[in-house]
Amino acid sequence: MQWIKRNLFSSPFNTVLTLLCLGLLIWVVPPVVDWLFLKAVWGDQPVAACNAVRGEGACWAVVWAKFRFMMFGTYPFEEQWRPAIVIFILVGLLVVSAFKYFWNRSLIAIWTVGILLAYWLMAGGLGLSSIRTGQWGGLPVTLILAIFGIAFAFPLGILLALGRRSELPIIKSISVIYIEVVRGVPLITVLFMASVMLALFLPVGWQIDQLLRAQVAIILFVAAYLAEAVRGGMQAVPRGQYEAAEALGLPYWKSVGLVILPQALKISIPPIVNSFISLFKDTSLVVIIAIYDFAYAVKKSVETDFEWKKYFIEALLFSILVYWIFCFAMSKYSQWLEKDLARGHTR
Amino acid sequence: MFGSEKIRGIFWQVLLLAAVVAGGWYLFSNTQANLARSNIQVGFDFLDREAGFEIAESWISFDASNSYGRAFLVGIGNTLYVALIGIVLATILGTIVGIARLSENWLVRKLASTYVEVMRNVPLLLQLFAWYVFFTELLPGVRQSINIGGLAFLSQRGMRFAWPVDHPAYDYAGIAFLAGIIAFFFYRSYANKRQQETGRQLPLALPALGLILGLPVIAWLVGGAPTDLDIPKMAGFGMRGGKNMSPEFTALLLGLTTYTAAFIAEVVRGGILAVDRGQTEAAEALGLNSGQRLRLVTLPQALRVIIPPMTSQYLNLTKNSSLAVAIGYPDLVSVANTSMNQTGQAIEAIAILMAVYLFISLLIALLMNFYNSRVRLIER
Repeated sequence: MQWIKRNLFSSPFNTVLTLLCLGLLIWVVPPVVDWLFLKAVWGDQPVAACNAVRGEGACWAVVWAKFRFMMFGTYPFEEQWRPAIVIFILVGLLVVSAFKYFWNRSLIAIWTVGILLAYWLMAGGLGLSSIRTGQWGGLPVTLILAIFGIAFAFPLGILLALGRRSELPIIKSISVIYIEVVRGVPLITVLFMASVMLALFLPVGWQIDQLLRAQVAIILFVAAYLAEAVRGGMQAVPRGQYEAAEALGLPYWKSVGLVILPQALKISIPPIVNSFISLFKDTSLVVIIAIYDFAYAVKKSVETDFEWKKYFIEALLFSILVYWIFCFAMSKYSQWLEKDLARGHTR
Repeated sequence: MFGSEKIRGIFWQVLLLAAVVAGGWYLFSNTQANLARSNIQVGFDFLDREAGFEIAESWISFDASNSYGRAFLVGIGNTLYVALIGIVLATILGTIVGIARLSENWLVRKLASTYVEVMRNVPLLLQLFAWYVFFTELLPGVRQSINIGGLAFLSQRGMRFAWPVDHPAYDYAGIAFLAGIIAFFFYRSYANKRQQETGRQLPLALPALGLILGLPVIAWLVGGAPTDLDIPKMAGFGMRGGKNMSPEFTALLLGLTTYTAAFIAEVVRGGILAVDRGQTEAAEALGLNSGQRLRLVTLPQALRVIIPPMTSQYLNLTKNSSLAVAIGYPDLVSVANTSMNQTGQAIEAIAILMAVYLFISLLIALLMNFYNSRVRLIER
């Protein structure tokens, strides 16, 4: 009672606000809950069951009917256990990276193994039947674009950050121009450029597949954002550390690798996590150049089926939920991490 | 000789420059060979050619017989239009949500943080799809439009709303509005001077209201006080009259606004939290009233923290407007996409795209830096 009075009705203005919010909730929540849950069609049901309650309840049966295609796209049906394992490996990589225990050189080894394993399972070879990238699709493609993207962008981003802080004018200006140009344009223009122009850049007769083009575009794009995150960390390393490394007579690359980067990277972990969340959401833009990532697989799974076509909204909501779970978990982690690291500094 | 740091520096730079130039030349020669093979003429001549496609929404007259150059202009205009309105709306909504997140009211606080956590953790593209489906499928057809007070009508064809009939009085009011703002700035500097000299404060709030809102109203009255509204009416298979916002534009605008507002809310919240409580207490101790506290103490300090991240949110919104291509609003990217599919002039189209976005980004950054330099802490 006390709590209600203090938090909801402490002043006339607050009382009005509370009543307004309650009114809004009573107006919106019951019909939404009705549609989403109570009157919805759940489970593996035929489309007729959905047609019967159309307009009154959601048709979650579409998720059951199209689940395989949403998850794995056009990947050969009998081989779909492979992308299923890939999902676990890649999510596992993210989970492992979240533990401070692994924040050392072993993480590089873990990521290398994970990425090679994921690529082998997807592409085949060495005992597995080989599947060309044109057939890859669904959630593994989204995870690959994001995780391979950040892994390969990382070294480039560090080089760009070092370049931008360099005292050598040519190296500095090349880095600054690259970073600012990439950050000044939308990702979609970079994707267009990769999808149309990469083919023109290569020697006559060379082919490069669509997925790789998008992956290259994402790597080049994210590197600029990572560079800024890492540069922020480098600026936070006290000057004395640079001077101490110099006084020890360490050559440039050793002082960077042994003294500056280990400290700078630790400081820049929260912004790096945030860039990764943005990247994870941004991978959905490959829909526009028709690459079968998760969002596109979900879209296509219903669009191409005349019977289920009317239940596009439900499919869309399902994909929104999946993206949301990933991003929400990561953003909660990032918030916790920021607090946790800040505590370490103030003490 | 090689041991000298200076010479080593020059050596590495020359090497990098050579690598960049060689790489660039390699890509350039490959491109030329590829273009020559597929018979594409490089150059911007195609901008003068007839475009041959229609654009649904445009701020200047445009039809299929106009040139590609004009099509690009239409696209740039549409991008700026949606971005500008989006920035204004997102700032308003974001500020409200940001303040609501700090409310003493538990319910308001929870609602606001739910909004933020849902909006910013879902890809904008999917949100745009959702808005677009909402407008094109869930809303009723144009004959059963949802009537909002008889002044606005929502249907699958977008939103059609009443709009005042053209009259010179509105032009006078617009001019009076600008004049009011300028007059207010003069008045404020005069008031500041008076305060410096005599220590007495002149009232600010009332004159501001009178100059900025009162002047246009007077101009409107002098102009003849027109009240005629062009109200949409059913006519044949559709509606006539008023102004119409297409479902594409409305979906894009709402999507951009609600998505960016979630980020702006966090920026605003951070800015307000960054102002030390002691500052408010000190202002109270000086005997400032709550309006003065907000205007003279809290806001200037909060703005200092808010402006840099706000700038990058405005830039993000502008860049994100490029997702218009996915739902068919004719922004710059859609126009460029259509043009390069028709002409094969991909390099030129993408070059124009990137140049325009870079220019817009630079412009917003410059404007906000200018504003930032005015509110920044000036230290000795």
